[in-house]
Amino acid sequence: MSTVPHISMKGITKVFGKVVANNNINLEINSGEIHSLLGENGAGKSTLMNILSGIYIPDRGSIFISGKEVTFSAPKDAINAKIGMIHQHFKLVEVMTSLENIMVGQKTGFLINKNKVIKDIIELSDMYGLEVDVNKRVYDMSVGEKQILEILKVVYRGATILVLDEPTTVFTPQETKKLFKIMNKMKEQGCAIIFISHKMEEVMEISDKITVLRKGETIVTLDKRDTNPKELAELMVGHPVDLSIKRVKVERTENVLEVKNLKVVDEEGIERLKKLSFTIGAGEILGMAGIVNSGQKELCETLIGMHPVKEGEIYFQGEDIVGKNTREIIKKGISMSFIPEDRLGMGLVGSMDMVDNLMLKEYQCQKGLFIDKKPAISRAIEIIEQLEIKTPGIYYPIKNLSGGNIQKILLGRELAANPKLLIMAYPVRGLDINTCYTIYDLINQQKAKGVGVLFIGEDLDVLIQLCDRVMVICGGEITGILKGENATKEEIGLLMTGHKNELQEA
Amino acid sequence: MPRFIKRDEISKGRSTSIRIFSVILALFVFSIVFILMQKNPLDIYASMLKGAFGSSYSIRETIKLAIPLCIAALGIAVAFKMHFWNIGAEGQILMGAFAASVFALKFPEMPRPSLLLIMMVAGIIGGSLWALIPAVFKAKWGTNETIVTLMMNYVAIKWIVFLQHGPLKDPNAKGFAKIANFTDNAILPEIFKVHIGWIFAILLVLFIFIFMKYTKTGYEIAVLGESEKTALYSGVNIKKTIIISILLSGGLCGLVGMIQASGISNTLVESVSGGVGYTAIIVAWLGYLSAPVILIVSILFAALQQGGSFIQTSYGIPGAAALILQSMILFFVLGSEFFIRFKISKKEGDAK
Amino acid sequence: MNGISTFLAAAIVAGTPLLFATLGEILIERAGNLNLGVEGMMLMGAVIGFLVGLTTGNVFAALLGAMVAGAFGGLIFAFLTISLRANQVVTGLALATFGSGFSTLIGKQLVGQTAPAAVKSFFRPYPIPIISDIPVIGPIFFKQDAFVYLGYILAVVIGVYLYNTSKGLNLRAIGENPGCADAASINITLYKYVHILIGGALCGLGGAYLSLVYIPNWQENVVAGRGWIAIALVIFSAWNPYKAILGAFLFGGLDIIGFRLQGAGIQVSQYLVDMLPYLVTITILVIVSMKKSKRNAPPKNLGTPYFREDR
Repeated sequence: MSTVPHISMKGITKVFGKVVANNNINLEINSGEIHSLLGENGAGKSTLMNILSGIYIPDRGSIFISGKEVTFSAPKDAINAKIGMIHQHFKLVEVMTSLENIMVGQKTGFLINKNKVIKDIIELSDMYGLEVDVNKRVYDMSVGEKQILEILKVVYRGATILVLDEPTTVFTPQETKKLFKIMNKMKEQGCAIIFISHKMEEVMEISDKITVLRKGETIVTLDKRDTNPKELAELMVGHPVDLSIKRVKVERTENVLEVKNLKVVDEEGIERLKKLSFTIGAGEILGMAGIVNSGQKELCETLIGMHPVKEGEIYFQGEDIVGKNTREIIKKGISMSFIPEDRLGMGLVGSMDMVDNLMLKEYQCQKGLFIDKKPAISRAIEIIEQLEIKTPGIYYPIKNLSGGNIQKILLGRELAANPKLLIMAYPVRGLDINTCYTIYDLINQQKAKGVGVLFIGEDLDVLIQLCDRVMVICGGEITGILKGENATKEEIGLLMTGHKNELQEA
Repeated sequence: MPRFIKRDEISKGRSTSIRIFSVILALFVFSIVFILMQKNPLDIYASMLKGAFGSSYSIRETIKLAIPLCIAALGIAVAFKMHFWNIGAEGQILMGAFAASVFALKFPEMPRPSLLLIMMVAGIIGGSLWALIPAVFKAKWGTNETIVTLMMNYVAIKWIVFLQHGPLKDPNAKGFAKIANFTDNAILPEIFKVHIGWIFAILLVLFIFIFMKYTKTGYEIAVLGESEKTALYSGVNIKKTIIISILLSGGLCGLVGMIQASGISNTLVESVSGGVGYTAIIVAWLGYLSAPVILIVSILFAALQQGGSFIQTSYGIPGAAALILQSMILFFVLGSEFFIRFKISKKEGDAK
Repeated sequence: MNGISTFLAAAIVAGTPLLFATLGEILIERAGNLNLGVEGMMLMGAVIGFLVGLTTGNVFAALLGAMVAGAFGGLIFAFLTISLRANQVVTGLALATFGSGFSTLIGKQLVGQTAPAAVKSFFRPYPIPIISDIPVIGPIFFKQDAFVYLGYILAVVIGVYLYNTSKGLNLRAIGENPGCADAASINITLYKYVHILIGGALCGLGGAYLSLVYIPNWQENVVAGRGWIAIALVIFSAWNPYKAILGAFLFGGLDIIGFRLQGAGIQVSQYLVDMLPYLVTITILVIVSMKKSKRNAPPKNLGTPYFREDR
């Protein structure tokens, strides 16, 4: 192992508008080392890696490769510096073969010389243990095979530094094992590998060193042998912050929602929810914590009737709603709002104005052919005041508003719908502090009215203080349900990364 | 190379003025053609205006041109709002004309009001059925509607030519292959010396405006056009909505066919649509799929055409010039959208 | 036997303008752009090619003029849809309208004129020695004019380009997954512009064949809807230049089959037969979409503009 680190990132700072994504981050990785980056959503891992792969330019700080300082102004520069980034979402051409995918963008002579390329591929394949069928088309491949192809692509371009961004999210244990075998082989060949993952077991198994990021800063870099999952979880989530969110006490009566052994698969047949069982009582706030893509979206869509149920039952106020369509479910009194990263997504129509958007669910309940906009107009004026929405007017197309304001419109609509079950996913994502508190108050108001609330969020402090119980989901399974007042962030952090508890039915 | 970033917001006034500016720019660039012909563009534009609105005769002619454009554009707008690219308006107009003509020719002695009513209904049904075929293909197998509707246009034209030479050939036409003229009972009456199609047009503009803005179905079409997922989320019955909007779209075009056959050509001939189906697409797009704007744009385009034929005689400028001007206006407006959505960024951006 | 042989040879001639336009649009669509303005580009090429041919009497100048005209149409489309991010469907339609007006306007002075003798003689059928004596195939394929031979060559060249060269591979990647191409540092904008221009030039050539050789006097609607059929042919041939040859000649045959049938004593109205190309196109489109074969699917990103989104 050389004394000069293969990669060295010093003092990296990157700001987007008001958000400080990376704040003075230091990272050192040696050749022949597998280095894991651990951190919650929004900790700054992706930003840092995007800087390393040349997609972003840091505002401050420098990058050194093998002791020499480098500046990247485009992904091409990073590729030339032998950095290979494997994204979470594959960038492969489905209809092409492995061979063709590897050759895209390469200078393989005017007329493609297949044999030379195949020869090179076989060499690399042997060296790193990357088994690939050069003539197989991507649409015939499994997720594991696709990933091997992605790795082969960057290695073919000469990468000796590999960045793997959440590579095992949808892997089976066998595929993960295969990947680790490859990673170890590459490590033997002197490559430096950066491994980003939330799965604690994997991190503990494969890493040599672990760096924890939190809120855009480097917290610590540890040798794997010197630490344990509990300590890492603590470092990841940090000390608890008192947000002084009121917790309203309500007498728990009957269950508004009862989910039994829910199994849901996506279009590609991958299981997204695996035998999920939980309940929500009237006047209870059940929080849901979990890393992005653990099944939250699928749960929301399934509860509202937008996604088919493979197996299992869903009882709403005692009635089985599996198989009912969205319109019926909405009429029964379930309200679902899902704030995706791009804010608009589902649930809002960008080209329409606020009034038309507020009508989106209500109009079905109106009688006759025509839409009466008056109730929506008065509600619009109410919401603007209540949530302090900044808009040039209620007839202004909402896609031109800022993300936060668009969110407030969606929340305002859902809260005003007088549901019996309120499902909110990431409702306060990116909102300023005051609005967050307003939302928490509104949710508590609903709770006091006897509404059941499913609150899916990222901020563990909020979940602990606002919710009666907190359910943690990982990889489509519930890893634990904790009582709000007793839960600690470390516990939740551990559960989020796959550690299972005996389910405490609080 | 300046960097562009998305605008956060833009006032309605600003965006409208950018669009109007682009239209003026198009006129300006087009006038280069006139300058090359050593003619004064301002004179020519003035003559076009005179040709379109200068006398009561020309106003009537302009209105007669605007009517089919307006109604067809309304139909196209309904389909486009749902992102169903209905390029088949031309064929739907023809088949509507065909359906109406069948009744006109079969029942020449029926009392006028009832005959006309039947013809209208037939025209609407003819057009909507013709539109339904590609819609079904798209709904069932995802077949690209753009090309199928296009091909249907040609099938429709050939069908009418076939009828002209065969089954519906007028025995009195003495060697000339044409279909018999309608009897007076099958011809639309006139008010102010223009066939009552203009009343239909105004009523339909109102109808579509109210339909799209204030009815549930109109609302659902707009939601569906923006995002299928959101439509599902709000409980819209997607298949039903698609069918309704396509039937409406084709039906309106079919009505145009009946109006043109009955009011203008007084018979069925393959030129009964005269390219209206294609021009109406441009009108619909420039009208931002909104009924009142479509009304204005269709009058403007009709004026362009009418003015165009006027200067044909007085300046020797071929009618095709109007086509070029129409498409150039569209080019410039299409291009102007960019400047409405984006502005020049002043800050040091990230890599690329 | 002879009758059929003549018919097939004529089908090839009729199909050649289709072939050029189809090849051109294949290149454009492989780059991810759906350009409905093929008819317009063909018309522009037809009129400029005819005009230049008439005034200069020089074949190569005429062809060059046609290519430039077609490419110019392509440039308008490329600029609007790529740099100004306009809607591709509507822009293509506007181009078709523009091309129609343009060719009618410029063609006004040319109505009734015939292509100059020099041009006509250049494109006289020229049997290729030896090969044209092969029984059956020879007379059909190899006793044609230079344009037809050019068509064969182009189809093969483009096929080799797409499937056997690295640039062709990159092009295919752009049409399928521009994100992948971008990550591989391919200059997507450049590729799109270049291929749209070349595609336009080919469409222009197809138009010129009609005005200079096939008809060969100038008449107002010389392209007569072939541009639209070419768009359908692109789908029919699954974006594959080799299959495009088959498709183009097949449709060329359908085009001319009308009066042949009458001549053969089959009593079908010519006008119904005229519908055949379009009905067949629709049928094929439906069948292709029913099969949903991954190999024959359109480039995945066809019709969607690609813009690397800023954060």
